[in-house]
Amino acid sequence: MKKWLALATILAVGMTAGAANAADKLKACWVYVGPVGDGGYTYQHDLGRKAVEKELGDKVETKYLENVAEGPDAERAIERLAREKCKIIFTTSFGFMDATIKVAKKFPKVKFEHATGYKQAPNVATYNARFYEGRYVMGQIAAKMSKSGVAGYIVSFPIPEVVMGINSFMLGAQSVNPNFKVKIVWVNSWYDPGKEADAAKVMFGQGADIMVQHTDSTAALQIAEEQGKLGFGQSSDMIKFAPKAQLSANTDDWDGYYVQEVKKVLDGSWKSGDTWGGMAQGMVVLAPFTNMPDDVKKMAEDSVAKIKSGELLPFKGPITKQDGTVAGEAGKSLSDQDINSMNWYVKGIDDKLPQ
Amino acid sequence: MNELLSVILTIITASTPLLLAAIGELVVERSGVLNLGVEGMMAIGAVCGFGAALATGSPLIGVVAAIAAGAALSMLFGFMTLILVSNQVATGLALTLLGLGLAGLVGEGYVGQPGVKLGKIDLPVLTDIPFIGPIVFGEDILVYAALALMLAVAYVLFRTKMGLIIRAVGDSHQSAHALGYGVVPVRYACVVFGGGCAGLAGGYLSLAYTPQWIENMTAGRGWISLALVVFGSWLPWRVAIGAYLFGTVMILGFSLQAIGAGIPSQLLSSLPYIVTIVALVVISGNRALTRANTPACLGQPFVPDR
Repeated sequence: MKKWLALATILAVGMTAGAANAADKLKACWVYVGPVGDGGYTYQHDLGRKAVEKELGDKVETKYLENVAEGPDAERAIERLAREKCKIIFTTSFGFMDATIKVAKKFPKVKFEHATGYKQAPNVATYNARFYEGRYVMGQIAAKMSKSGVAGYIVSFPIPEVVMGINSFMLGAQSVNPNFKVKIVWVNSWYDPGKEADAAKVMFGQGADIMVQHTDSTAALQIAEEQGKLGFGQSSDMIKFAPKAQLSANTDDWDGYYVQEVKKVLDGSWKSGDTWGGMAQGMVVLAPFTNMPDDVKKMAEDSVAKIKSGELLPFKGPITKQDGTVAGEAGKSLSDQDINSMNWYVKGIDDKLPQ
Repeated sequence: MNELLSVILTIITASTPLLLAAIGELVVERSGVLNLGVEGMMAIGAVCGFGAALATGSPLIGVVAAIAAGAALSMLFGFMTLILVSNQVATGLALTLLGLGLAGLVGEGYVGQPGVKLGKIDLPVLTDIPFIGPIVFGEDILVYAALALMLAVAYVLFRTKMGLIIRAVGDSHQSAHALGYGVVPVRYACVVFGGGCAGLAGGYLSLAYTPQWIENMTAGRGWISLALVVFGSWLPWRVAIGAYLFGTVMILGFSLQAIGAGIPSQLLSSLPYIVTIVALVVISGNRALTRANTPACLGQPFVPDR
């Protein structure tokens, strides 16, 4: 018994010493919805965390919790990090929104940042990226490159984030070919390589020759490679999986944002707010344009430059909804609020939006 | 015609992993053991198959590694439930968690690496036969192996003495024991066979179906296989029908969506589950037959008298 007590004391002392050491550093923490090894969404966030470690070196200590389910578990996970003296906590999935706000009330001195949400507080900021900007350019490329004039689009769930991507892609495609068609398959999952591959096979079988996806695995692109068709990567550059098929990829780059926010906490200038950055801020980056002729490549590069400068706004009117009503007047871009609550298709899409 | 062919080929590959895992679990359950760890064994099979193929460049070595990995994990399950007589349900669930977690750990370095693909068969003349050729002679070898396995299991279980012993052990372990059969060794062998099949099913995912490794790539297929065994009332041919039916309805759902039929996608996504359950309930309408096929000692621990 005595021996155990002695051992426990040694351990306890050791741990306090460790804690004292760590207290000199700023602790920055992340909560992920998926595994860091998903090769897509969570993987990109974790690259951002690693960038913080690399950039700020011994001034920070980072920690993350992966595979945290959206719901009651999330609150426990976030609270645990707050108790473990994290000074800033990034919660990276839409479903963590309410949990983040709740925990933030209990820990007013801790800073919180929630990705893709819309609820803020004095110590809760929100951030997201305008992925639809990349999808507009992808639409233009698809319309130029497709021989059949039909693209396949694999999607997960009918939330505004996904719907705005489809619409932006279609508007981009229509700017090149007004009769462009898109086939849409909802696989009701963010992440199921098998289903994504099957959906791609089915749409290629029905005459699509370019595959776009708003799901996370590389499976669809591999099918495109196998069948000699074309496609786009999602979240990360997937060129290794489809060297002859990938035209480009819509990638998330959180590195710069995370480094900037942690720096702000370090020098005390951190403030709550809402960041919705796009290509101009470097949060959305299109992977190198490959497997296309020079004129298409040039068009794509021009569009990227115009989006960066603000000259090209993907949701600039006139925009007509699927049912023929006007969504955006000529010359005016939709407001961020309109884009963020999008639950309709633009004209030219044959699919029926699940409600 | 081409469209139909591509749909059929897609259905076959989508159904194969389900069939492989379900046939293995069927043998396990026929011997009276319920192993809920199929998902975990598939995951470990997928990652080990992927890794071995990547290291050696040979997809066939990957296949062997996948089988070995699934079998190895199932040995742990066998040791826990058969030797230490732990609760099978709890141990099986733990095995799923262990398998998924372990696979994630082992596979950390494999994420984002293109895999080695198990190629499709290409026989001169035969594969070129229109329509029939690509289906009967043009898929990867595991597609046909899964069917052969199903037939072999059906034969062994119902036409050989070995099958009779396995079923006896599953139906009444006391009697089998009294007759002098080693209940534990027979069950252990069946558990390992099931583990190998689950590992192979996982390997099919990471080597043939979508040659890559990412965490959770099994995406619930192990659980579907488990359900197929029950709904197929422990008969190999029914399980095969269930697996192909499931694949068919899923792929037809995608086809209908892509055509733009206007049917809600949520309904189409749930359709495979609904149709498979309904169909198998209908073919299991014969209660006496179903009862006769349910292993009476399923999930019950066996401790030999001393």
